[in-house]
Amino acid sequence: MQDPITYSDSTVGRVEVKETTCYMCACRCGIRVHLRDGEIRYIEGNPNHPLNKGVLCAKGSSGIMKQYSPGRLTKPLRRKPGAERGTSQFEEISWEAAFELLTERLGRLRAEDPKRFALFTGRDQMQALTGLFAKQFGTPNYAAHGGFCSVNMAAGLIYTIGGSFWEFGGPDLDRAKLFVMIGTAEDHHSNPLKIAISEFKRRGGRFVSINPIRTGYSAIADEWVPIKPGTDGALLLAIIHEIIKLGLYDRDFLIQYTNSAELVVDDSTRADHGLFHRRVDVPIEEGCIDPENKLWWDRAKGPVLTHTPGADPRLMGSYTLDDGTAVKPGFQLLKERVEDYTPEWAAGITGIPADTIRRLAQEMGVTARDQKIELPIQWTDCWDNEHDSVTGNPVAFHAMRGMAAHSNGFQTIRALGILMTLLGTIDRPGGFRHKAPFPRPIPPCPKPPHGPEGVQPNTPLDGMPLGWPARPEDLFVDAAGEAVRLDKAFSWEYPLAVHGLMHNVITNAWRGDPYPIDTLFLFMANMAWNSTMNTVEVRKMLVDKSEDGEYKIPFLVVCDTFSSETVAFADLVLPDTSYLERHDVFSMLDRPISEYDGPVDAVRIPVLPPKGDCKPFQDVLVELGSRLKLPAFVRDDGSRKYRDYPDFIVNYETSPGSGIGFLAGWRGRGGEKFLKGEPNPRQWEMYAKNGCFYHHELPRSYQYMRNWNKGYLHWSRAHGMTRYAEPILLNVYSEVLQRFRLAAQGKRPGRRPPERLRRRVESYFDPLPFYYEPLETKLTDTHKYPLNALTQRPMAMYHSWDSQNAWLRQIHSHNYLFVNPKVGAANGFDDGDWIWVESPHGKVRCMCRFSEAVEPGTVWTWNAIGKASGAWGLSHGADESRKGFLLNHLISEELPPTGNGAHLSNSDPITGQAAWFDVRVRVYKAGADEPKITSPQFDPMPLLPGQERRRGRWQAYVAGLFGKR
Amino acid sequence: MSQLALVIDLNVCVGCHACVTSCKQWNTSGWAGPLVDENPYDADPTGTFFNRVQTFEVGTFPDTETVHFPKSCLHCEDPPCVPVCPTGASHKRADNGIVLVDYDKCIGCKYCSWACPYGAREVDEQQKVMKKCTLCIDRITDLTLPERERKPACVLACPTSARLFGDVQDPDSEVSIAIRERGGYQLMPEWGTKPANHYLPRRKTRIYIDPEELIRADNPLRKEDLTTYSGEETLDDVTW
Amino acid sequence: MHPAFSVIFLTTLIGAGQGLFLALYTGQIYALANLLPAQGDEFYAFGSLVALTLLVGGLIASFFHLGRPERAWRAAARWRTSWLSREVLVLPLVMALVFAYGLAHWTGHTQPLFTLGNWLAVDATLLIGLAATLAVFALFVCTAMIYAGVRFLEEWSSPLTVVNFTLFGLASGFMLAAAYSAFIGNQLVAFFGTWSVIFTVIALVSRFASLTRNAQLRHKSTVQSAIGVRHQTVSQKAQGATAGSFNTREFFHGRSAGTLRTVRLLFLFLVFPLPILLIGAAYATQSPTLPIVAFAVQYLGLLFERWYFFAEARHPQNLYYQSVA
Ligand SMILES: Nc1nc2c(c(=O)[nH]1)N[C@H]1C(S)=C(S)[C@@H](COP(=O)(O)OP(=O)(O)OC[C@H]3O[C@@H](n4cnc5c(=O)[nH]c(N)nc54)[C@H](O)[C@@H]3O)O[C@H]1N2
Ligand SMILES: Nc1nc2c(c(=O)[nH]1)N[C@H]1C(S)=C(S)[C@@H](COP(=O)(O)OP(=O)(O)OC[C@H]3O[C@@H](n4cnc5c(=O)[nH]c(N)nc54)[C@H](O)[C@@H]3O)O[C@H]1N2
Ligand code: SF4
Ligand code: SF4
Ligand code: SF4
Ligand code: SF4
Ligand code: SF4
Ligand SMILES: [Mo]
Repeated sequence: MQDPITYSDSTVGRVEVKETTCYMCACRCGIRVHLRDGEIRYIEGNPNHPLNKGVLCAKGSSGIMKQYSPGRLTKPLRRKPGAERGTSQFEEISWEAAFELLTERLGRLRAEDPKRFALFTGRDQMQALTGLFAKQFGTPNYAAHGGFCSVNMAAGLIYTIGGSFWEFGGPDLDRAKLFVMIGTAEDHHSNPLKIAISEFKRRGGRFVSINPIRTGYSAIADEWVPIKPGTDGALLLAIIHEIIKLGLYDRDFLIQYTNSAELVVDDSTRADHGLFHRRVDVPIEEGCIDPENKLWWDRAKGPVLTHTPGADPRLMGSYTLDDGTAVKPGFQLLKERVEDYTPEWAAGITGIPADTIRRLAQEMGVTARDQKIELPIQWTDCWDNEHDSVTGNPVAFHAMRGMAAHSNGFQTIRALGILMTLLGTIDRPGGFRHKAPFPRPIPPCPKPPHGPEGVQPNTPLDGMPLGWPARPEDLFVDAAGEAVRLDKAFSWEYPLAVHGLMHNVITNAWRGDPYPIDTLFLFMANMAWNSTMNTVEVRKMLVDKSEDGEYKIPFLVVCDTFSSETVAFADLVLPDTSYLERHDVFSMLDRPISEYDGPVDAVRIPVLPPKGDCKPFQDVLVELGSRLKLPAFVRDDGSRKYRDYPDFIVNYETSPGSGIGFLAGWRGRGGEKFLKGEPNPRQWEMYAKNGCFYHHELPRSYQYMRNWNKGYLHWSRAHGMTRYAEPILLNVYSEVLQRFRLAAQGKRPGRRPPERLRRRVESYFDPLPFYYEPLETKLTDTHKYPLNALTQRPMAMYHSWDSQNAWLRQIHSHNYLFVNPKVGAANGFDDGDWIWVESPHGKVRCMCRFSEAVEPGTVWTWNAIGKASGAWGLSHGADESRKGFLLNHLISEELPPTGNGAHLSNSDPITGQAAWFDVRVRVYKAGADEPKITSPQFDPMPLLPGQERRRGRWQAYVAGLFGKR
Repeated sequence: MSQLALVIDLNVCVGCHACVTSCKQWNTSGWAGPLVDENPYDADPTGTFFNRVQTFEVGTFPDTETVHFPKSCLHCEDPPCVPVCPTGASHKRADNGIVLVDYDKCIGCKYCSWACPYGAREVDEQQKVMKKCTLCIDRITDLTLPERERKPACVLACPTSARLFGDVQDPDSEVSIAIRERGGYQLMPEWGTKPANHYLPRRKTRIYIDPEELIRADNPLRKEDLTTYSGEETLDDVTW
Repeated sequence: MHPAFSVIFLTTLIGAGQGLFLALYTGQIYALANLLPAQGDEFYAFGSLVALTLLVGGLIASFFHLGRPERAWRAAARWRTSWLSREVLVLPLVMALVFAYGLAHWTGHTQPLFTLGNWLAVDATLLIGLAATLAVFALFVCTAMIYAGVRFLEEWSSPLTVVNFTLFGLASGFMLAAAYSAFIGNQLVAFFGTWSVIFTVIALVSRFASLTRNAQLRHKSTVQSAIGVRHQTVSQKAQGATAGSFNTREFFHGRSAGTLRTVRLLFLFLVFPLPILLIGAAYATQSPTLPIVAFAVQYLGLLFERWYFFAEARHPQNLYYQSVA
């Protein structure tokens, strides 16, 4: 062999290096793709990228195999005439034919009843465009993955602090001293969080993980606090109890920056009971913000307007106003609320010893109080007080779906938001930090249409398909108070379903409740497999026919890059490109990749030509929008406005002349402006030159305290990110929730819930967090089904995407059910045995693995490793289908019928967040005579036209040579 | 003499497998490639990797530690895999201590793998020669690469910087300092193979709260020391 | 370890071949000393051919073990350090000498070249045979040291391995010589048979010793030293590849403990008592076929013995490959 010292890789073949953005997951790291003779040689992290700073995860490093996967779709396909749906019998058609077919069908629906077209998208990153398309089309039936993902996290915190974890904000681990991570396995902020946790640990920070399972990040925690699933609310409320009892809260912060000291009417006989007492004589600004016409109780002067200079308001006590109104500060109500939530009480629910709970509370409180950070940064607050420094209490939290994916998640997350607030850690160094465009008003301004009249033929939707209700009038219901949307979001069933309920779409459409639809368009969503609950039944619904022989869901369009399980059910398959073959943007209009120090957005620029006849979905939407003559895509004379997606991105403005478009960087004719400015024809080039991202670093004085930072808020308004420059007070007490409760109690004029939902709304819309057992647990015989069953994301797999990846599937080709050895002993099976896992809704057979790193009341498995036979370009005997299994078969999309309704979603009653993690199961040994394969099994999916034949026994990838030897 | 090596910090490794696949992608098209896969889309997919990340559990519930454990060739200073090789294909470089296999000489007898207690060598089942971590010698010695990038692929990729790279013979190198100051250790020291790669152990950070400091003088509760009198009897009413 | 059939056949075939040669040569020397009736040259020539055939068979089997047999010649390069390399050198040497020995007999190069101390007439066959004997013993050592020299395989890393390999070679070789004699019907069956029984009995003792040793072996490495975590309970959950790797294929036999026990019983029966009984019976009944059966049985037993030899050895690398998930 050649001496490696004399060898240089760069001399082999023709070398090119192109920068773009990774999409092996939704984290969106910057990458450099090295090509050799036009094939990918190597993908490395872009060291200049603010997100990943040069590092790359296991998925990102396996991008090559995604490109060369035999699971790729390369041709538009139509179900063969006469073939049964679901049997994968397709024929190739041309793109032109596909467009004609779609234009005809969708055009007809738009003219008749736009609701009959539903567009739902999975774990994608282009909701700004898909949402725009739906709105322009005029259908309310649009949502992305948020409802089955983590909407509780988004809503719970945004309704409390005006921002959230997830893509909206996060822990400032650069300065924190104590980091508490709750219910997080891998997260969206995948590489950044790994970078931050390791640096945090290296600096000697203390890391506590609260999770029923210890894997991944939790593995390197200094302390693991195993908790029973669904009980974090109890833990947090007990911690709040301790913090208040010991006086470890940040009093000044609570008074100045939250609504804690504001006086709430405390008279249950009154119609405004539980609302803030508001002075009618103070002029209020119209809009969605929270007017400052409320009162404090000054210790010397009694009632004064909030933020009266020099006032020293009380947080506790109960008072009577001059007009006789009984009032209490919001904080007093919180204190009363947590009175009974003692550590001993929580210990019985969470399984965490009371002493541990007390110690955790003390660690948080004392660290926050005694390790104050002070940065010499001057800033001005909204009340014109000048501050010489920014201070912070270095306790940071991070939480994800472990809290969100339970039906009590919203209130639990509210409790977390309040705990972070009590400790004074919001948008301060060492605590929680926002990312632009957050913080936003509580709640943010966009609203869905308010009634059926918002949906009209040949007309864009009157309102946003998704929005943020602040009062019952913002709901999207008809005169009877029933849902207008197919998924029943924003109805009284799930009033704050701000991300929709994608997990109920197929079931609702199949049942025709609230109405049947015609065309269901699924983009990047594997709804016949891992993103659906009750998978076995949902697959049947997709092929179910009514009496007249017509499918109950008449037409199904699927846009995907791979031969996923869902593709098998399509009537029309649109082959999408891979991330290396297309333009993409991660826009301020959607969920950008902003940093704590300022807005960041990014793009993807193709580094390879599209495979076969696949076409970027973005281009498909622009084409369809133009053909359907949706106003945003055509000129007044009806002619086409945009050539293609790149052209659209550069030239589209939210309204003519607004200067706001999809990309914030290099706006203005010559690229001299940012965030707002005229379209710049050379914008793509400028992004390309800058590593495909735009990072606007805010002045230091705008980087903290942004909820109340006058400079920042005005900057934000000036650059079109928010409508108001008013302070965003943290909602320790939620008046929004109380409004819904009052409506349910019949105390409020205006919209009221239908009778069957009155009690439900009244009990869950509590303005202060409270703990309740997850809904499904309440309705399940927990003696029969004693265990909680969870899934976790493996770091080296993205949902169902990666089984087609020859490298990643070697790390996880199949999955096991992890159980504590005690569970095995109690149920008579051993490590490695085949077992049945049974819930009230179904059962699966799988192999088990004993683990000491799981709480004994919990069993778990890696998510979405199991696959249907033949999907993803895998052979029928592949491990994924023979030994892998999907937990989703055990999880129901609906709750058992109760007085509240026969078909309520298995979701959080406030937000409609899918309650994946509420399912209860039992486990027992499989019979010795049973086959050693997982159950259920499905009919194998054949190779599709245009799909590459499966490769042989050996695959030796060498860039520039692959397939040529 | 220099001895290049990796030092792996188990205190921060989260078991993400980035080092596994970044190694695969760099090396399969590199000097030491290809890294062949068998049954890539069928049952029992398996292939050649230079680096694997494993998971161990330590202790019993609830005192469990989960340890993610990356393992590649340790580039032993006294590598038992080298002298046993009948062809000389397996060798240790004099200039930087890297242990390599010359595929042109290797006869695929697997004997060296028997002589490695760490399971760090893997036969390429198609090409039938022995393969293993090269410390990315084709990166670290490639002067056409910018200095920053003259590091192993796995080191550059690792999101937690759990992989340090350098010369363990140079007492001032980052790796030597880490080994010295953070209790770096070798695997299976009982064999005297003197692995050049070291591992840094877990460390724990605790917070000790003195009960005395729990309640401070400026406790905000003192600001709320208010009561309301609503006419109930007090000593004022009954004493004189 | 995974018992590879190539290596099982290699070691047992060349062992028997080496033993057979030694038997022939011993026979020649005994005859020279008039302790045995002299045999014709064809006896030695054909015997050597049989021995050579076994050696070649072993060599062929060994090629199946190599990934790149076409480069096998390269294996001679590192004789200073590698027992494998040494074997690769000595095996052809043995083959050459055995061939020469047989050829010398065949071509009748039996005229004394010189006489030692007046009473020993030294001819070419004697000289070549002596050289071959030395080479054969060297080969026993080389072959066995390939295994005994891997200190990580503690079951193998013992002088007993060399002793066993040698004794099994001798036993099976002498047994084959007895079978050969029975086949061609000469009088040496009892001679070879008796020696074979003697070697078999000693081999039983030494193999038993190694079995006992291995049963009591406390391995140097533990999962604790493997990952450097000092705690009583450490267990692997995942090894980074759910469908296995070279490390799970090469170093594990993949059979149950029950299978191992059965194989051990089988070889203990087939290698030791049964051939002894058969050869004894042959002696008593003067049967010409029983010695052949005795050899066949013992050889079969040796295949099991060698399988067990591999399967029994636990490589420390296995500590890293305990569980998938
Ligand atoms: N590698 C990889 N990264 C991904 C993804 C992927 O598929 N693969 N998916 C992306 C997506 S779409 C999402 S939504 C995010 C999700 O990111 P995470 O929320 O981190 O993902 P999950 O795997 O659902 O992890 C949930 C965690 O909560 C724990 N948990 C469950 N119930 C409870 C509970 O009641 N209390 C507590 N305290 N913990 C609980 C589980 O044990 C698990 O560790 O990850 C994103 N990142
Ligand atoms: N049991 C259980 N189920 C869960 C979860 C859980 O924790 N437990 N997590 C839930 C969560 S949080 C989420 S977000 C969902 C995710 O669920 P989904 O978003 O529905 O599922 P994915 O597996 O991400 O894949 C969606 C489809 O996108 C395709 N795809 C990949 N790249 C592209 C592309 O570039 N273009 C196009 N057009 N298609 C592409 C894939 O091939 C796949 O078919 O799963 C949910 N399901
Ligand atoms: S975390 Fe990994 S897969 Fe996700 S974008 Fe970053 S490098 Fe790509
Ligand atoms: S890349 Fe780093 S953190 Fe990830 S498994 Fe490898 S060493 Fe551990
Ligand atoms: S780890 Fe194994 S292969 Fe690497 S040098 Fe040491 S003994 Fe040789
Ligand atoms: S497999 Fe190759 S490198 Fe290993 S000992 Fe044999 S010839 Fe040497
Ligand atoms: S140093 Fe290079 S060859 Fe070795 S494990 Fe890391 S990436 Fe692989
Ligand atoms: Mo998600």
